[in-house]
Amino acid sequence: MTAALRFDPIRLPEKCEQLRKEVRAFLAEEIAAGTFDPNKPNREDTDAPEFSRRVGAKGWLGMTWPKKYGGQERSFLERYVVTEEMRVANAPTRRFFVADRQSGPVLLKYAPEHIKMEILPRICRGEICFAIGMSEPNSGSDLFAAKTRATKTDGGYLINGTKIWTSSAHIADYMIAIFRTSPPTKENRRHGLTQFLVKMKQPGIKVNPIGQITGQYEFNEVVFTDHFIPDDHVLGEVDGAWKQATSELAYERSGPERFLETYYVLTELVRAVGPNPDTRSAEGIGRLVAQLHTMRRMSVSVAGMLQAGKEPVVEASIVKDIGTVWEQQLPHRVRDLAAFVEETATNRETLERQLDFAIKTAPKLTIQGGTTEVLRGIIARGLGLR
Amino acid sequence: MAESDNIVVETAEKIFADLADPQTINNDKNNSWQAPLWQALSEAGLPLAWVPDDLGGSGASLADGFALLNAAGRFAVAVPLAETMLAGWLLAQAGIAAPEGEMTIVPASPKDRITLDADGALSGRARGVPFAKAAKHFAVLAHGKDGAVIALVDASKGRIESGLNVGYDHSDTVTLDKVQPITIKPAPEGFEQTNLMLMGGVARSLQIAGALEAMLDISVRYSNERVAFEKKISKFQAVQHNLARLAGESAAALAAATSAADAIANAKSFNDEVYLEAASAKIRCAEAAEKGGSIAHQVHGAIGFTMEHILHRYSLRALAWRDDFGSESHWAVELGKLVATRGADELWPLVASR
Ligand SMILES: Cc1cc2nc3c(=O)[nH]c(=O)nc-3n(C[C@H](O)[C@H](O)[C@H](O)COP(=O)(O)OP(=O)(O)OC[C@H]3O[C@@H](n4cnc5c(N)ncnc54)[C@H](O)[C@@H]3O)c2cc1C
Repeated sequence: MTAALRFDPIRLPEKCEQLRKEVRAFLAEEIAAGTFDPNKPNREDTDAPEFSRRVGAKGWLGMTWPKKYGGQERSFLERYVVTEEMRVANAPTRRFFVADRQSGPVLLKYAPEHIKMEILPRICRGEICFAIGMSEPNSGSDLFAAKTRATKTDGGYLINGTKIWTSSAHIADYMIAIFRTSPPTKENRRHGLTQFLVKMKQPGIKVNPIGQITGQYEFNEVVFTDHFIPDDHVLGEVDGAWKQATSELAYERSGPERFLETYYVLTELVRAVGPNPDTRSAEGIGRLVAQLHTMRRMSVSVAGMLQAGKEPVVEASIVKDIGTVWEQQLPHRVRDLAAFVEETATNRETLERQLDFAIKTAPKLTIQGGTTEVLRGIIARGLGLR
Repeated sequence: MAESDNIVVETAEKIFADLADPQTINNDKNNSWQAPLWQALSEAGLPLAWVPDDLGGSGASLADGFALLNAAGRFAVAVPLAETMLAGWLLAQAGIAAPEGEMTIVPASPKDRITLDADGALSGRARGVPFAKAAKHFAVLAHGKDGAVIALVDASKGRIESGLNVGYDHSDTVTLDKVQPITIKPAPEGFEQTNLMLMGGVARSLQIAGALEAMLDISVRYSNERVAFEKKISKFQAVQHNLARLAGESAAALAAATSAADAIANAKSFNDEVYLEAASAKIRCAEAAEKGGSIAHQVHGAIGFTMEHILHRYSLRALAWRDDFGSESHWAVELGKLVATRGADELWPLVASR
């Protein structure tokens, strides 16, 4: 078989189960203390700095990184467990999640030593927030159309242009961004982009909030006007960012956050139908649980591949494609089934409020982090079609 | 599941490749390939893989047997290999030695019941029993007043009404009318018909996953050969995206099926976690058979809709396998009830239990 993709049935080791208990206990305490309400996914949680610090103090940020940078040298599977418990509890993770998942690993790989020593321990302590500066007004899926310029000057670069859709830029301390350092070449239109570490809240950076259809503010436009970035903030190879950007994708695409964003409506539906569901509700719930279980097994399997040092780009893309399509459909399927819930269900209002929010959230799920169409292109390449 | 480092699977794949190459089978209108294939499989001890040595089998592990079923799915093998393996496994649960030759399982649907009468005879009707017509013996799970029993029955004692499933394989109705079994023993403590149905369902899931792997493979190959509008059709983005979705369905089926197989192979009992795994596998693999199969046909165009092309041997069989040992609707209802009984706050702990 040439095209077969294997997802070995990895089991989470015993120490993960221990850790899971610790995370659940911690989250239960936070909920009891009123830090957040797990039944209200639609709150504004952009600013939960104290919660971030407490998660950091537990050693649950930068878990897989070297100890000298503040990490714990634990496995991807342990990090996986922490991520999924946080997601399922609807914990306010936005402030630290991007740094933990993506920015930290990029710095570990490409930043100069003194920058790693300065920044990574602060990520691990939950003190700082990162944003990702890839998209531009005329460059989303087609990353290589990015135009924001980094012009060489004495001791660094001057940045001019606009990034857009930048999640959390309004609260971020840093951004990892790609800027154009040279024009693309005839042979390689991917040439000429460079990755930079940007310190936010500096002269020459203006952040303009953009509202989302959920009623929340998460997106921003970030305008750079002669913003100066020193030489030692270049990450990796000048003009070679495309190689760096693509190798990180497996981490971004296969985690539990790629199918659990609307999960809460499923729990709430089970609560609403009660212990003796009618046949239609039982069947609907059974199918959704089977689909969820299957995706999770695939996602855990990819975490196992990452742990084993592989680069499962195609497998991760498959998990994100199936996972995001599922989490996008989930609120609509739950809505179908909720039509049969008794008027007297005690959590009826909670379920309706959650559905309202999840249905508004759904359209973005197959866009963020690379669209379905782009992912399917990557899978097709993996199948040898292009 | 590992392909290369598994001796059981290697042996089976070699036999399938030699004697059950789908193209050859497809061109053979008299099914004359079946006898030599069955003989080779039997000589290699594969149909009784799950029967311990002391009961006349080859004593392979559950894990190896499951891998073998996945390989059988990749070749869409139309002999009662899975059925005989399951029958041998069922008999072994009660310490009953397995006879030689083809066997099948009665009942093969969760809704059908065979009962044990006071005089030790078996009665009842079972529909959709795969390969009942080809079987020399039935492994029967029946219910008596003291609980479940497992019996070995001479197939000629049953009344068989022939039927064909969607995949053109025998799927028959078996009626037992006061039939005296050859051997009958109590099922082990706690063993119920549900266990048998889950086990059968996982076997079918692995076969479906195998068939989808094969469909992905031939669809990718076909798209790289077929030319339209002066291009290989694999160069059209719409076709690429369809194949990417097929790859996703194939991967999901394989992941669900191998995960459930692994769960059963390592579990001490059929607890809730195993139930989740096995029921989910049957549900998700059946959904994948529907979605994946239709994409494979789409990619092949009209040629794939002909009896001359091998595609239908995989696609129709994968669709047919959905119905055995409980359809996806059946298991979805049961799984939904299990989840509801455990309660909302126990859903995530169940999903995250493995
Ligand atoms: C909630 C959310 C948060 C985000 N956060 C960030 C962030 O923090 N930082 C950041 O940099 N970006 C962020 N993004 C932007 C995101 O990465 C882009 O939206 C995405 O890459 C798509 O780009 P686009 O919006 O420009 O759409 P376009 O690229 O214009 O695409 C529009 C449509 O055309 C399709 N299309 C485009 N090219 C092709 C092709 N070659 N083949 C087939 N179809 C194609 C797309 O799939 C899509 O359906 C975020 C987006 C969302 C929704």
